Amino acid sequence: MRFPSPDPSLPFRAPEAVRGLAAELARLDPGRPVRVMHVCGTHEHAIGAAGLRDLLPPWLRVTAGPGCPVCVCPAAEIDCAARLAADRGVVVAAFGDVLRVPSRLSLEEARARGGDCRVVGGIEEAAALAAAEPGRPFAFHAVGFETTACTTAAAVRRGLPANLSILSSHRLVPPALEALLAPGGPAPDGLVLPGHVLAVTGLGEYEALHRRRPVPMAAAGFEPAEILLALAWILRRLRGEPSRERVGNAYRRVVRRRGNPEARRALAEVFEPVDADWRGLGRIPLSGLALRGRFAALEARTRHGIAEDPAVGDLVPGCRCGEVLLGAAEPEECALFGAACTPESPRGACMVAFEGTCHARFRTGAAR
Amino acid sequence: MCLGIPMRVLESRDGAGEGELAGVRRPVRLDLVPAARPGDWVLVHAGYALQVLDPAAAEETLAALREVGEIGREEPR
Repeated sequence: MRFPSPDPSLPFRAPEAVRGLAAELARLDPGRPVRVMHVCGTHEHAIGAAGLRDLLPPWLRVTAGPGCPVCVCPAAEIDCAARLAADRGVVVAAFGDVLRVPSRLSLEEARARGGDCRVVGGIEEAAALAAAEPGRPFAFHAVGFETTACTTAAAVRRGLPANLSILSSHRLVPPALEALLAPGGPAPDGLVLPGHVLAVTGLGEYEALHRRRPVPMAAAGFEPAEILLALAWILRRLRGEPSRERVGNAYRRVVRRRGNPEARRALAEVFEPVDADWRGLGRIPLSGLALRGRFAALEARTRHGIAEDPAVGDLVPGCRCGEVLLGAAEPEECALFGAACTPESPRGACMVAFEGTCHARFRTGAAR
Repeated sequence: MCLGIPMRVLESRDGAGEGELAGVRRPVRLDLVPAARPGDWVLVHAGYALQVLDPAAAEETLAALREVGEIGREEPR
Protein backbone atom coordinates (compact mmCIF):
# COMPACT_ATOMS: atom_id res chain seq x y z
CA MET A 1 0.00 0.00 0.00
CA ARG A 2 1.35 3.46 -0.87
CA PHE A 3 0.59 6.94 0.38
CA PRO A 4 -0.79 9.41 -2.11
CA SER A 5 1.83 12.01 -3.01
CA PRO A 6 2.50 14.86 -2.51
CA ASP A 7 1.55 14.81 1.20
CA PRO A 8 0.14 11.87 3.17
CA SER A 9 -1.55 14.24 5.64
CA LEU A 10 -3.89 15.83 3.09
CA PRO A 11 -6.83 13.39 3.47
CA PHE A 12 -6.95 14.15 7.20
CA ARG A 13 -7.82 17.75 6.35
CA ALA A 14 -10.79 16.84 4.15
CA PRO A 15 -13.68 19.25 4.92
CA GLU A 16 -16.36 16.55 4.68
CA ALA A 17 -14.56 14.38 7.25
CA VAL A 18 -14.16 17.36 9.59
CA ARG A 19 -17.84 18.32 9.18
CA GLY A 20 -18.91 14.73 9.77
CA LEU A 21 -16.82 14.47 12.92
CA ALA A 22 -18.12 17.80 14.24
CA ALA A 23 -21.69 16.47 13.83
CA GLU A 24 -20.63 13.27 15.56
CA LEU A 25 -19.19 15.21 18.52
CA ALA A 26 -22.48 17.11 18.93
CA ARG A 27 -24.30 13.77 19.22
CA LEU A 28 -21.95 12.63 22.01
CA ASP A 29 -23.37 15.09 24.55
CA PRO A 30 -22.77 13.61 28.03
CA GLY A 31 -25.31 16.04 29.52
CA ARG A 32 -22.80 18.19 31.38
CA PRO A 33 -20.02 20.65 30.55
CA VAL A 34 -16.80 18.91 29.52
CA ARG A 35 -13.27 20.28 29.56
CA VAL A 36 -10.64 18.40 27.59
CA MET A 37 -7.02 19.45 27.81
CA HIS A 38 -4.35 18.99 25.18
CA VAL A 39 -0.71 19.19 26.23
CA CYS A 40 1.02 20.12 23.01
CA GLY A 41 1.80 23.52 21.56
CA THR A 42 1.51 22.12 18.05
CA HIS A 43 -2.04 21.01 18.88
CA GLU A 44 -2.89 24.55 20.01
CA HIS A 45 -1.65 25.89 16.67
CA ALA A 46 -3.49 23.24 14.69
CA ILE A 47 -6.73 23.88 16.62
CA GLY A 48 -6.41 27.63 16.16
CA ALA A 49 -5.39 27.52 12.50
CA ALA A 50 -8.28 25.22 11.56
CA GLY A 51 -10.77 27.15 13.71
CA LEU A 52 -11.74 23.87 15.39
CA ARG A 53 -13.09 25.57 18.53
CA ASP A 54 -15.83 27.11 16.37
CA LEU A 55 -16.93 23.61 15.38
CA LEU A 56 -17.25 22.27 18.93
CA PRO A 57 -20.61 21.92 20.68
CA PRO A 58 -21.21 24.58 23.36
CA TRP A 59 -20.79 22.12 26.25
CA LEU A 60 -17.27 21.11 25.11
CA ARG A 61 -14.24 23.25 25.90
CA VAL A 62 -10.72 22.39 24.77
CA THR A 63 -7.97 24.03 26.81
CA ALA A 64 -4.18 23.99 26.58
CA GLY A 65 -1.92 22.50 29.26
CA PRO A 66 1.84 22.48 29.81
CA GLY A 67 2.65 21.37 26.27
CA CYS A 68 5.32 23.84 25.27
CA PRO A 69 8.81 22.71 26.31
CA VAL A 70 10.25 26.18 25.80
CA CYS A 71 7.55 27.66 28.05
CA VAL A 72 8.02 25.16 30.87
CA CYS A 73 11.82 25.57 30.85
CA PRO A 74 12.59 27.45 34.09
CA ALA A 75 14.09 30.91 33.78
CA ALA A 76 17.05 29.73 35.89
CA GLU A 77 18.04 27.23 33.16
CA ILE A 78 17.75 29.90 30.44
CA ASP A 79 19.89 32.11 32.67
CA CYS A 80 22.52 29.33 32.82
CA ALA A 81 22.70 29.21 29.03
CA ALA A 82 22.87 32.99 28.79
CA ARG A 83 25.69 33.19 31.35
CA LEU A 84 27.65 30.54 29.45
CA ALA A 85 27.47 32.82 26.40
CA ALA A 86 27.90 36.19 28.13
CA ASP A 87 30.47 35.35 30.83
CA ARG A 88 32.24 32.13 29.81
CA GLY A 89 32.86 32.66 26.10
CA VAL A 90 30.86 29.56 25.19
CA VAL A 91 29.01 29.61 21.88
CA VAL A 92 25.45 28.64 22.79
CA ALA A 93 23.34 26.95 20.11
CA ALA A 94 19.59 26.84 20.81
CA PHE A 95 16.24 26.51 19.11
CA GLY A 96 15.06 29.91 17.85
CA ASP A 97 12.26 30.32 20.40
CA VAL A 98 14.62 29.84 23.32
CA LEU A 99 16.65 32.95 22.48
CA ARG A 100 13.84 35.34 23.37
CA VAL A 101 12.50 33.66 26.49
CA PRO A 102 12.68 36.21 29.32
CA SER A 103 14.95 35.43 32.25
CA ARG A 104 17.30 37.39 34.47
CA LEU A 105 19.45 37.32 31.36
CA SER A 106 17.93 36.04 28.12
CA LEU A 107 20.06 34.58 25.35
CA GLU A 108 19.15 37.56 23.20
CA GLU A 109 20.42 39.90 25.91
CA ALA A 110 23.56 37.79 26.27
CA ARG A 111 24.09 38.27 22.55
CA ALA A 112 23.67 42.04 22.91
CA ARG A 113 26.43 41.91 25.54
CA GLY A 114 28.76 40.28 23.04
CA GLY A 115 27.88 36.64 23.75
CA ASP A 116 27.73 34.29 20.77
CA CYS A 117 24.28 32.68 20.56
CA ARG A 118 23.25 30.82 17.43
CA VAL A 119 19.86 29.55 16.28
CA VAL A 120 19.80 25.91 15.22
CA GLY A 121 17.03 23.57 14.09
CA GLY A 122 18.42 20.61 16.02
CA ILE A 123 21.50 19.05 17.52
CA GLU A 124 22.92 18.04 14.12
CA GLU A 125 23.22 21.70 13.19
CA ALA A 126 24.87 22.48 16.54
CA ALA A 127 27.36 19.64 15.96
CA ALA A 128 28.16 20.98 12.48
CA LEU A 129 28.80 24.47 13.88
CA ALA A 130 31.06 23.07 16.61
CA ALA A 131 32.96 20.90 14.14
CA ALA A 132 33.60 23.94 11.94
CA GLU A 133 35.29 25.83 14.83
CA PRO A 134 37.11 23.16 16.85
CA GLY A 135 39.06 25.77 18.84
CA ARG A 136 35.96 27.26 20.53
CA PRO A 137 33.72 25.73 23.22
CA PHE A 138 30.10 25.17 22.11
CA ALA A 139 27.03 24.19 24.14
CA PHE A 140 23.70 22.99 22.76
CA HIS A 141 20.78 24.03 24.94
CA ALA A 142 18.75 20.83 24.72
CA VAL A 143 15.12 21.84 25.31
CA GLY A 144 12.22 19.56 24.48
CA PHE A 145 10.13 16.56 25.45
CA GLU A 146 10.79 12.93 24.51
CA THR A 147 10.34 13.88 20.83
CA THR A 148 13.43 16.06 20.91
CA ALA A 149 15.32 14.26 23.68
CA CYS A 150 15.67 11.14 21.54
CA THR A 151 17.38 13.20 18.81
CA THR A 152 19.85 14.52 21.42
CA ALA A 153 20.36 10.93 22.60
CA ALA A 154 20.98 9.67 19.06
CA ALA A 155 23.62 12.34 18.42
CA VAL A 156 25.32 11.80 21.79
CA ARG A 157 25.39 8.05 21.24
CA ARG A 158 26.96 8.49 17.82
CA GLY A 159 29.56 10.91 19.22
CA LEU A 160 29.71 14.70 19.44
CA PRO A 161 32.58 16.99 18.44
CA ALA A 162 34.92 17.22 21.46
CA ASN A 163 34.20 20.96 21.87
CA LEU A 164 30.40 20.52 22.08
CA SER A 165 28.62 20.03 25.41
CA ILE A 166 24.91 19.63 26.21
CA LEU A 167 22.91 21.82 28.58
CA SER A 168 20.07 19.40 29.22
CA SER A 169 16.68 20.97 29.87
CA HIS A 170 14.79 17.98 28.50
CA ARG A 171 11.52 17.07 30.19
CA LEU A 172 9.25 14.03 30.25
CA VAL A 173 5.52 14.37 29.63
CA PRO A 174 3.96 11.61 31.79
CA PRO A 175 5.23 12.90 35.19
CA ALA A 176 3.78 16.34 34.42
CA LEU A 177 0.42 14.80 33.48
CA GLU A 178 0.47 12.79 36.67
CA ALA A 179 1.02 16.01 38.66
CA LEU A 180 -1.72 17.72 36.67
CA LEU A 181 -4.20 14.94 37.36
CA ALA A 182 -3.43 14.81 41.08
CA PRO A 183 -6.54 14.71 43.25
CA GLY A 184 -7.68 18.18 44.24
CA GLY A 185 -5.98 19.83 41.28
CA PRO A 186 -7.58 21.52 38.26
CA ALA A 187 -8.00 18.13 36.57
CA PRO A 188 -9.61 18.14 33.13
CA ASP A 189 -12.29 15.61 32.11
CA GLY A 190 -10.07 14.19 29.38
CA LEU A 191 -6.63 14.48 27.81
CA VAL A 192 -5.63 14.73 24.17
CA LEU A 193 -2.15 13.21 24.18
CA PRO A 194 0.72 14.65 22.10
CA GLY A 195 1.09 12.42 19.05
CA HIS A 196 4.75 13.03 18.37
CA VAL A 197 5.78 12.32 21.96
CA LEU A 198 3.85 9.05 21.78
CA ALA A 199 5.40 8.27 18.39
CA VAL A 200 8.59 7.85 20.41
CA THR A 201 7.33 6.42 23.70
CA GLY A 202 4.30 4.40 22.62
CA LEU A 203 1.18 3.94 24.73
CA GLY A 204 2.57 1.93 27.67
CA GLU A 205 3.47 4.77 30.04
CA TYR A 206 0.06 6.33 29.43
CA GLU A 207 -1.76 3.07 30.11
CA ALA A 208 0.11 2.93 33.43
CA LEU A 209 -0.81 6.56 34.10
CA HIS A 210 -4.46 5.80 33.32
CA ARG A 211 -4.46 3.00 35.90
CA ARG A 212 -3.42 5.52 38.56
CA ARG A 213 -5.45 8.46 37.21
CA PRO A 214 -8.42 7.09 35.28
CA VAL A 215 -9.16 10.11 33.07
CA PRO A 216 -10.01 9.28 29.43
CA MET A 217 -7.01 10.00 27.20
CA ALA A 218 -6.29 9.54 23.51
CA ALA A 219 -3.29 10.20 21.26
CA ALA A 220 -3.95 12.64 18.44
CA GLY A 221 -2.17 13.68 15.27
CA PHE A 222 -2.08 17.26 14.11
CA GLU A 223 -4.58 17.37 11.27
CA PRO A 224 -8.12 18.60 12.10
CA ALA A 225 -9.78 15.19 11.62
CA GLU A 226 -7.20 13.48 13.84
CA ILE A 227 -7.80 15.92 16.70
CA LEU A 228 -11.60 15.56 16.42
CA LEU A 229 -11.30 11.76 16.32
CA ALA A 230 -9.41 11.83 19.63
CA LEU A 231 -12.08 14.11 21.14
CA ALA A 232 -14.82 11.72 19.97
CA TRP A 233 -13.01 8.76 21.57
CA ILE A 234 -12.71 10.65 24.88
CA LEU A 235 -16.40 11.68 24.82
CA ARG A 236 -17.53 8.08 24.23
CA ARG A 237 -15.61 7.05 27.35
CA LEU A 238 -17.18 9.91 29.33
CA ARG A 239 -20.59 8.60 28.23
CA GLY A 240 -19.64 5.24 29.67
CA GLU A 241 -19.27 3.42 26.34
CA PRO A 242 -16.67 0.66 26.76
CA SER A 243 -13.50 0.37 24.69
CA ARG A 244 -11.05 -2.46 24.32
CA GLU A 245 -8.28 0.14 24.44
CA ARG A 246 -7.28 1.70 27.74
CA VAL A 247 -5.72 4.67 25.92
CA GLY A 248 -7.22 5.81 22.62
CA ASN A 249 -5.11 6.21 19.50
CA ALA A 250 -6.37 8.55 16.79
CA TYR A 251 -2.91 8.73 15.19
CA ARG A 252 -2.32 5.15 14.15
CA ARG A 253 -0.32 6.03 11.06
CA VAL A 254 2.46 7.25 13.41
CA VAL A 255 1.78 6.05 16.97
CA ARG A 256 2.45 2.35 17.55
CA ARG A 257 1.71 0.55 20.77
CA ARG A 258 5.40 0.25 21.67
CA GLY A 259 6.46 3.54 20.11
CA ASN A 260 9.86 3.61 18.44
CA PRO A 261 11.99 0.96 20.21
CA GLU A 262 15.24 2.31 18.76
CA ALA A 263 14.48 5.84 20.01
CA ARG A 264 13.49 4.49 23.42
CA ARG A 265 16.73 2.52 23.57
CA ALA A 266 18.75 5.66 22.73
CA LEU A 267 16.93 7.62 25.46
CA ALA A 268 17.55 4.92 28.06
CA GLU A 269 21.24 4.57 27.14
CA VAL A 270 22.04 8.28 27.24
CA PHE A 271 19.72 9.78 29.86
CA GLU A 272 18.36 9.02 33.30
CA PRO A 273 15.26 10.60 34.84
CA VAL A 274 15.89 13.20 37.55
CA ASP A 275 13.67 15.54 39.57
CA ALA A 276 13.22 18.78 37.65
CA ASP A 277 11.56 22.18 37.89
CA TRP A 278 8.86 23.30 35.48
CA ARG A 279 7.97 26.93 34.97
CA GLY A 280 4.51 27.34 36.48
CA LEU A 281 4.31 23.82 37.91
CA GLY A 282 7.24 23.70 40.30
CA ARG A 283 9.39 20.66 40.98
CA ILE A 284 8.10 17.35 39.59
CA PRO A 285 9.76 14.06 40.60
CA LEU A 286 11.68 12.23 37.85
CA SER A 287 10.39 14.59 35.15
CA GLY A 288 13.75 15.75 33.74
CA LEU A 289 16.54 14.01 31.88
CA ALA A 290 20.20 14.10 32.90
CA LEU A 291 23.09 12.62 30.90
CA ARG A 292 24.00 9.33 32.55
CA GLY A 293 27.17 7.30 33.19
CA ARG A 294 29.91 7.78 30.63
CA PHE A 295 27.91 10.60 29.00
CA ALA A 296 27.57 12.68 32.20
CA ALA A 297 30.82 14.56 31.48
CA LEU A 298 29.19 16.01 28.34
CA GLU A 299 26.86 18.12 30.50
CA ALA A 300 27.66 21.81 29.97
CA ARG A 301 26.98 22.62 33.63
CA THR A 302 29.71 20.15 34.64
CA ARG A 303 32.19 21.04 31.91
CA HIS A 304 31.94 24.78 32.52
CA GLY A 305 31.25 24.74 36.27
CA ILE A 306 27.91 26.53 36.23
CA ALA A 307 24.64 25.88 38.05
CA GLU A 308 21.13 27.31 38.25
CA ASP A 309 20.78 30.31 40.54
CA PRO A 310 17.67 29.74 42.67
CA ALA A 311 17.26 33.52 42.95
CA VAL A 312 16.16 33.71 39.30
CA GLY A 313 12.36 33.95 39.29
CA ASP A 314 10.10 32.60 36.57
CA LEU A 315 7.45 35.25 36.17
CA VAL A 316 7.35 39.04 35.76
CA PRO A 317 4.70 40.83 37.86
CA GLY A 318 1.23 40.44 36.38
CA CYS A 319 2.19 37.52 34.12
CA ARG A 320 -0.19 34.54 34.46
CA CYS A 321 1.90 32.06 32.45
CA GLY A 322 1.88 29.69 35.42
CA GLU A 323 -1.93 29.42 35.39
CA VAL A 324 -2.05 29.34 31.58
CA LEU A 325 0.38 26.42 31.59
CA LEU A 326 -1.93 24.54 33.96
CA GLY A 327 -5.01 25.32 31.89
CA ALA A 328 -6.32 27.17 34.97
CA ALA A 329 -6.52 30.48 33.11
CA GLU A 330 -7.09 31.38 29.46
CA PRO A 331 -4.58 33.82 27.94
CA GLU A 332 -7.38 36.37 27.50
CA GLU A 333 -7.85 36.46 31.27
CA CYS A 334 -4.35 37.91 31.73
CA ALA A 335 -4.28 41.73 31.84
CA LEU A 336 -0.97 41.74 29.96
CA PHE A 337 -2.24 39.58 27.05
CA GLY A 338 -2.30 41.44 23.75
CA ALA A 339 -1.53 44.76 25.45
CA ALA A 340 1.74 44.82 27.38
CA CYS A 341 2.57 41.31 26.14
CA THR A 342 2.61 40.49 22.43
CA PRO A 343 4.76 38.18 20.26
CA GLU A 344 6.79 41.24 19.19
CA SER A 345 7.30 42.35 22.79
CA PRO A 346 6.71 39.32 25.03
CA ARG A 347 6.68 39.47 28.82
CA GLY A 348 6.01 35.81 29.52
CA ALA A 349 7.39 32.59 28.08
CA CYS A 350 3.96 31.53 26.80
CA MET A 351 3.94 34.53 24.45
CA VAL A 352 7.51 34.02 23.21
CA ALA A 353 7.51 30.47 22.01
CA PHE A 354 5.80 29.53 18.76
CA GLU A 355 4.16 26.73 20.72
CA GLY A 356 3.19 28.90 23.68
CA THR A 357 -0.54 29.05 24.36
CA CYS A 358 -0.54 32.86 24.49
CA HIS A 359 1.44 33.11 21.25
CA ALA A 360 -0.85 30.67 19.45
CA ARG A 361 -3.97 32.39 20.77
CA PHE A 362 -2.68 35.82 19.76
CA ARG A 363 -1.84 34.60 16.25
CA THR A 364 -4.95 32.57 15.57
CA GLY A 365 -7.60 34.63 17.33
CA ALA A 366 -10.05 34.16 20.13
CA ALA A 367 -10.86 31.03 22.08
CA ARG A 368 -14.42 30.31 22.88
CA MET B 1 8.98 22.14 19.34
CA CYS B 2 7.44 18.75 18.71
CA LEU B 3 6.54 19.88 15.24
CA GLY B 4 7.02 16.92 12.93
CA ILE B 5 6.67 16.88 9.19
CA PRO B 6 6.25 13.89 6.92
CA MET B 7 8.99 13.50 4.31
CA ARG B 8 9.64 10.86 1.69
CA VAL B 9 13.04 9.17 2.01
CA LEU B 10 15.04 9.66 -1.19
CA GLU B 11 18.24 8.01 -0.11
CA SER B 12 19.79 6.39 2.95
CA ARG B 13 23.43 5.67 3.75
CA ASP B 14 24.77 4.68 7.19
CA GLY B 15 22.05 6.54 9.08
CA ALA B 16 22.34 9.66 6.91
CA GLY B 17 19.60 10.25 4.39
CA GLU B 18 17.80 12.80 2.32
CA GLY B 19 14.08 13.52 2.60
CA GLU B 20 11.69 15.37 0.33
CA LEU B 21 8.34 17.08 0.80
CA ALA B 22 6.63 19.06 -1.94
CA GLY B 23 9.86 19.42 -3.89
CA VAL B 24 11.93 20.61 -0.91
CA ARG B 25 14.88 18.37 -0.05
CA ARG B 26 16.54 18.20 3.36
CA PRO B 27 19.18 16.02 4.99
CA VAL B 28 17.51 13.65 7.47
CA ARG B 29 19.17 11.43 10.09
CA LEU B 30 17.76 7.93 9.96
CA ASP B 31 19.59 6.50 13.03
CA LEU B 32 16.32 6.04 14.93
CA VAL B 33 14.41 4.33 12.09
CA PRO B 34 16.74 1.53 10.93
CA ALA B 35 13.93 -0.08 8.92
CA ALA B 36 13.31 3.00 6.74
CA ARG B 37 13.98 2.51 3.03
CA PRO B 38 13.95 4.91 0.07
CA GLY B 39 10.33 5.54 -0.87
CA ASP B 40 9.06 5.30 2.73
CA TRP B 41 7.38 8.28 4.36
CA VAL B 42 8.95 9.21 7.69
CA LEU B 43 8.02 11.71 10.38
CA VAL B 44 10.88 14.21 10.72
CA HIS B 45 11.57 16.32 13.80
CA ALA B 46 14.68 18.43 14.51
CA GLY B 47 16.56 16.78 11.66
CA TYR B 48 15.79 13.18 12.71
CA ALA B 49 13.23 10.73 11.39
CA LEU B 50 11.28 9.51 14.43
CA GLN B 51 8.91 7.02 12.87
CA VAL B 52 8.02 5.38 9.57
CA LEU B 53 4.46 6.23 8.58
CA ASP B 54 2.22 3.20 8.26
CA PRO B 55 0.04 3.44 5.12
CA ALA B 56 -2.20 0.52 6.18
CA ALA B 57 -2.97 2.17 9.54
CA ALA B 58 -3.60 5.48 7.78
CA GLU B 59 -6.02 3.77 5.41
CA GLU B 60 -7.94 2.24 8.35
CA THR B 61 -8.39 5.68 9.89
CA LEU B 62 -9.36 7.17 6.54
CA ALA B 63 -11.97 4.48 6.00
CA ALA B 64 -13.49 5.34 9.39
CA LEU B 65 -13.39 9.02 8.46
CA ARG B 66 -15.10 8.42 5.12
CA GLU B 67 -17.87 6.64 6.97
CA VAL B 68 -18.33 9.53 9.38
CA GLY B 69 -18.12 11.95 6.46
CA GLU B 70 -20.99 10.15 4.74
CA ILE B 71 -23.07 10.16 7.91
CA GLY B 72 -22.28 13.80 8.59
CA ARG B 73 -23.19 15.02 5.10
CA GLU B 74 -26.68 16.47 5.10
CA GLU B 75 -28.38 15.46 1.90
CA PRO B 76 -31.91 16.66 1.20
CA ARG B 77 -34.26 13.80 0.42
